[in-house]
Amino acid sequence: MKRAVKRAVKRMPLSKMAGQKNAAGTQAATIVPSRKGAFKDRFRKFLFGTKDKEGIGKQTVIYVLLICIGFVYLYPLLYMISKSFMPVEDLIDSSINWLPSRPFLDNYKNAAKSMDFFKTLRDSILIAGIPTLLNVVVCSFVGYGFARYNFKGKKFMMGLLLFSFIIPPQITMMPTYVLYTDIGIINSLKAFVIPALLGQGLKAQIFILIFYQFFRQVPQALIEAAKIDGAGHFKAFLKIAIPSAAPAILVVFLFSIVWYWNEAYLTQLYVVGQYATEDALSSLVVELKNFESSYSSASSVAGSQMMDINESIKMAGTMLSILPLLIMYFVLQRQFVESVDRTGITGE
Amino acid sequence: MSKEKKPKKRKAGTLTKREARMGYVFILPWMIGTLLLVIYPLVRSFWFSLNKIKLTPTGMKMTWINVKNYTDIFLEDPDFITNLQSYLTETLLSIPVIVVFALIIAMLLNEKIHLRGFFRLIFFLPVIIASGPVMNQLVSQDAASIPAMNVTMITQLLNEYLPRMFAEAVASVFSNMIMILWYSGVQILIFLAAIQKIDTSLYEAAKIDGGSGWECFWKITLPTIKPMLLLNAVYTVILLSNNEQNSIITLIYDTMFSVNGGYGYASAMAWMYAVIVTLIIGVVALLLIGRKDVYERRAKKYQRELRKQERLQRQIRRRGMRNEKSSEKSSEKNAA
Repeated sequence: MKRAVKRAVKRMPLSKMAGQKNAAGTQAATIVPSRKGAFKDRFRKFLFGTKDKEGIGKQTVIYVLLICIGFVYLYPLLYMISKSFMPVEDLIDSSINWLPSRPFLDNYKNAAKSMDFFKTLRDSILIAGIPTLLNVVVCSFVGYGFARYNFKGKKFMMGLLLFSFIIPPQITMMPTYVLYTDIGIINSLKAFVIPALLGQGLKAQIFILIFYQFFRQVPQALIEAAKIDGAGHFKAFLKIAIPSAAPAILVVFLFSIVWYWNEAYLTQLYVVGQYATEDALSSLVVELKNFESSYSSASSVAGSQMMDINESIKMAGTMLSILPLLIMYFVLQRQFVESVDRTGITGE
Repeated sequence: MSKEKKPKKRKAGTLTKREARMGYVFILPWMIGTLLLVIYPLVRSFWFSLNKIKLTPTGMKMTWINVKNYTDIFLEDPDFITNLQSYLTETLLSIPVIVVFALIIAMLLNEKIHLRGFFRLIFFLPVIIASGPVMNQLVSQDAASIPAMNVTMITQLLNEYLPRMFAEAVASVFSNMIMILWYSGVQILIFLAAIQKIDTSLYEAAKIDGGSGWECFWKITLPTIKPMLLLNAVYTVILLSNNEQNSIITLIYDTMFSVNGGYGYASAMAWMYAVIVTLIIGVVALLLIGRKDVYERRAKKYQRELRKQERLQRQIRRRGMRNEKSSEKSSEKNAA
């Protein structure tokens, strides 16, 4: 009997962390009655862990869950990648599920040709990049105004800001379209630039709020000190507030560029136009939206050089349109993933 | 009178006034933008919705038809109502799925595990790539349902046990499971950030008092992140309502340039839709704000009780005084 207890104690490395004394005490209480109980107790601790240390069982459950859900999350992407490399024979062959019989790059070639990839990529960068830069500048400016100064009607204006975030864009879309047509900025990049200049870019409300949150945390004393040293309002903003807001600027920049990049409908409506001509601006996502029609017209021009459209080519096109974003995401992953922490949404 | 007062006021608030003026300068671009690109279009679109609009080569031709567009939506148009129904059921089903799922993932990611950064990377990925056309392509390729799940079997089961309209909605949630999960990237991060900010000493204290993990979740984690619950729910509603996967949105887009629809009718639709979305947000907010903390409720009850007693005491005092007076009077009378 005594030996059994001793052995049990020896084999109990899990509970070492709990402090020798305490662990020994509990063991003595539970183990002494019989050897079977000891085994059960140890097994339980091994699986579910003590209060101080995770058990292997619990760990495994967490990992299995995370890996399963992670797979489900990645499934469409993996599907897309795998399908985009398949030649037509593989699509029909029911024995081929994931791995293509040979890597087939013609899908990408054809899709790129129909999308006019390099020109469209350049256009996309322009369409997403310029409004984004303006968004960053104007939103930081407005956010600083909200955070730093007290003025009459500030509460009301904050309410207006939230309100303009909540209303569906469809309501204002039609009159805005008419307005843009009237002042002649439709079907050009100006239709994105001018709203961004006026702090009404794509989801600019969120960005203003992010900057507002951020600038409120900048100590007021710092700005006042700058003022005493003779800095004006704008100088204080430029020299004190902006340098301290680097994380917020990064977050706004990244999200703004992603959202502009992914916005297909408004881009087509305002910038590209309904009946786009050859040299008009166009973004990759818009091209993807009209992929089938543009592919058929492109293939009729090219004659027999291009294959008939199939799922693989569509997937290749989809892949091409998100590829720049994917690359950016994997390069700047930390900035993306930590963005929510940095904006301090959860602060108060 | 006002003239006399003015200089005094000015002197007291020169600095604050100048500051306020600078504030206006800073938010001026936004103010102009809001007037020009939010308020004006809102009013104009309401005006549109009361008109029949025809696009002619010379410009727009408007004819005033009062609320006919609105009545047409409900009485004549079959599309809007059916789309609205499916939108409502799907949204109301998806919100809890997304929020609860995001919470679970955030809890899992909060455990001490290896490769946490990697998993976070995966769960945030959809936020980057999920744009309308990409989603459309994936849905049309049937890549949106979970591979191991037998959707048709689930659908059959649901059809047997549930009323038809409801079953369809649940089935569509199942068949687009991945898309729904893909919408929860930002929510996961918000929850995660909130959970990580909870003071660990709270959990330690609970552990010492013998609380299990389950109890800790319900009594510490959940109440602390409650504001985030509201934020996430509202965010989810807006996300679901404004994306291009939404059938009503496509309907509005199509009506805008169609022959028998036009700007006027599309505006009326958009207004109806906006009202409904706002209602949903209101309901969600009420549901999540309404339930207050137990302790707060108890404290309020106690205060109410106190006030009641105070009132009672005052009443008694007053009555006593009155009685005294009357007794004095009567005694005076008696004396007289």
